[in-house]
Amino acid sequence: MASAAPRSRRAGRTVPARVPYAFLAPAISLFTLMFLIPIGYTGYLSLRKIQVTGLGLGRGSRREVHAGLANYREALADGELWDSMLRVLLYGGMLVPTMLGLALLFALLLDEARARARRFSRIAIFLPYAVPAVIASLLWGFLYLPSVSPVQYLLTAAGGPEVNPLGPTAIFFSIANIAVWGGTGFNMIVIYTALRAVPQELYESARIDGCGPVQVALRIKIPMVLPALIMTFVFSLIATLQVFSEPTTLRPLTNALSSSWSPLMKIYQDAFVTGDTYLAAATSIVLATLTLVLSLGFLRLVQSRAFGQES
Amino acid sequence: MQPTRNFKILTVAVGLALVAACGSDSDSDTTTDDKVELTFWSWAPNIDKVVDLWNADHPNTHVAVSKQAQGDELVVKLLTAAKAGNPPDLFQAEYQALPTLVSNDVTADIAEYVGDTKEGFAEGLWQQVTFGGDAVYAVPQDSGPMMLYYRSDLFAEMGLAVPTTWAEFAETAKQVRAKDPGRYLTTFSAADPGWFAGLAQQAGASWWSISGDSWKVSINDTATKQVAQYWGDLVADGAVDNKPMYTPEWNKALNDGTLLAWPSAIWAPGVLEGNAADTKGKWSMAELPQWNAGEHKTGNWGGSSTAVAAKSKHQQRATEFAIWLNTDPAATEALVKEGGLYPAARDAQSGPALTEPPAFFAEQTDFYPKAKEIADTAAGFTWGPNVNVTYSTYKDAFTAAITSSTPFGPAVDTMQEATIADMRKSGFTITD
Repeated sequence: MASAAPRSRRAGRTVPARVPYAFLAPAISLFTLMFLIPIGYTGYLSLRKIQVTGLGLGRGSRREVHAGLANYREALADGELWDSMLRVLLYGGMLVPTMLGLALLFALLLDEARARARRFSRIAIFLPYAVPAVIASLLWGFLYLPSVSPVQYLLTAAGGPEVNPLGPTAIFFSIANIAVWGGTGFNMIVIYTALRAVPQELYESARIDGCGPVQVALRIKIPMVLPALIMTFVFSLIATLQVFSEPTTLRPLTNALSSSWSPLMKIYQDAFVTGDTYLAAATSIVLATLTLVLSLGFLRLVQSRAFGQES
Repeated sequence: MQPTRNFKILTVAVGLALVAACGSDSDSDTTTDDKVELTFWSWAPNIDKVVDLWNADHPNTHVAVSKQAQGDELVVKLLTAAKAGNPPDLFQAEYQALPTLVSNDVTADIAEYVGDTKEGFAEGLWQQVTFGGDAVYAVPQDSGPMMLYYRSDLFAEMGLAVPTTWAEFAETAKQVRAKDPGRYLTTFSAADPGWFAGLAQQAGASWWSISGDSWKVSINDTATKQVAQYWGDLVADGAVDNKPMYTPEWNKALNDGTLLAWPSAIWAPGVLEGNAADTKGKWSMAELPQWNAGEHKTGNWGGSSTAVAAKSKHQQRATEFAIWLNTDPAATEALVKEGGLYPAARDAQSGPALTEPPAFFAEQTDFYPKAKEIADTAAGFTWGPNVNVTYSTYKDAFTAAITSSTPFGPAVDTMQEATIADMRKSGFTITD
């Protein structure tokens, strides 16, 4: 019956032209509602500002007026925004290679036929990803605070020096460490899944040609999962530029993190602490544009090399 | 009110929750026979128990408490909820946040409903909710006069005298370091602008003032500079610690005696009880050290009021509740006993609830009489319309000064510049 129905319909009449739109409607309306409208509203807000008259205390002394591009000028001229970008790029420079390197290593090890307890290891490495970043940062925060840290306790007991992972320089490593802990598992799964899709015959012929496991990994597996590596790299790059939860959660614990340590923290600060939603909207758009340009630029750069193999 | 900012866990969530923040009432009728439901945002400990007293007696005006995060985060949430059109009917607002809330049209002018409520409050406190004009923007709830809390057991053990001037305080801080390098007299917290503002008030600072139709901003006045310089020197000398308050580390330091003293406010017993439970009975309270020997001055750290939302459909009934909460003897007694607040209402300050010291300070039988004496010496203060900007600049400027080991004076200039720049940008009239 299931196969009979379409056949008869095809024979009876052609599908009206609007039917495809009906199928697309849920996706389009959700996209519009959750994506286009908020972005449009952000764009609108970025062109507005508050104008106060006099003391600003009476009713109606505060009006929203058109601001032209003033918010963009202010956002772009704010050295703090660029400083925050430099900080997160520095942080990303530590985070991304470490995290992806570990993810690739774990994926290759898990893919190795001789590996034991594979299921357990896979879940154990993935599990931190299921811990929300705020909770993870709280947990790590306790481990970092010298006077309550069990690590420091053991270190002191063994006659080691006092280390403050929340110091001005160390904080970069400490935040990157939380992200590595939380993100490696996810990236490993992506790479591992790509590895499982590689046809086994390739390994076989490589072995016949005399390749050891390391050579198989270097010459066959890694080139074959390059698209997955690139995808995880782009995701990590975007996540780096948008880092927020970890530094925000650690901030009350230390003097080393300013309210605008990362670009998103600066946007949050402008929007919700100093109450300038308009500047925050303009900065958001600047950041989103930069992220888009960086990710697309990178994809374009590597496209021929990585995805060329697929097509 | 006490900044129970133990650990600002969910700053992110606050931002997101705004979208979901819900208001409830839809009817616009304000006759007193109708049943109405009022929502009330507050962070005072056990405030629900106090509100239960009201609900038992007022079946037609039911108040539903929604517990909120303290201070800055609530201001953010209120601003956004008001913008979205569904703020609560009533909310707790710290005095320094009121001008911001008024300026953003979040709080209602309740002058027509308050009657002679004014008579029940000290003039300085009433001024905090009126800014000296005819409008009334809230009913004062509590105040936070600052005093010095110290570990009397450790002071005796280490042979330290309780400092009465800031010069003595600095000396004591150095003695502590000399006697036991593992301890500090206290810590300078770059994370608590309200604390610094209170200390500056004591020195005679006046950060904002209104003359006619324009603001005057003088955050980097001599008094504030003096306070900043003083603490900057102590931090630079290593005489006091420089870690922020309200962290797990700070709790531990209070508990295990790493920190010997805490210049704090009248609500401190509640904080100590919660964060340093092991030290019960080991603390004493004294007047804040003075800048000049023989003076008796203090400032306020925190203190809050109950305000009615401009968008509330039941402003009159909400005001009735706000007045009851902060002046009715049964209500203020419950606020003291359940919430550990120091009530703003004059009658409540000499009420029965304050005859006994707080449980955590059981030995200090004259706790409240002494506190009242100190509270009466609190300096008046005018808050500006963008305290949020000033406070957030404080945190950044002082943390930067600490991490880069530079003097604190320029940090105060940064606060002044950022505050003025923000006001100019919005269009406030400012005189130089």
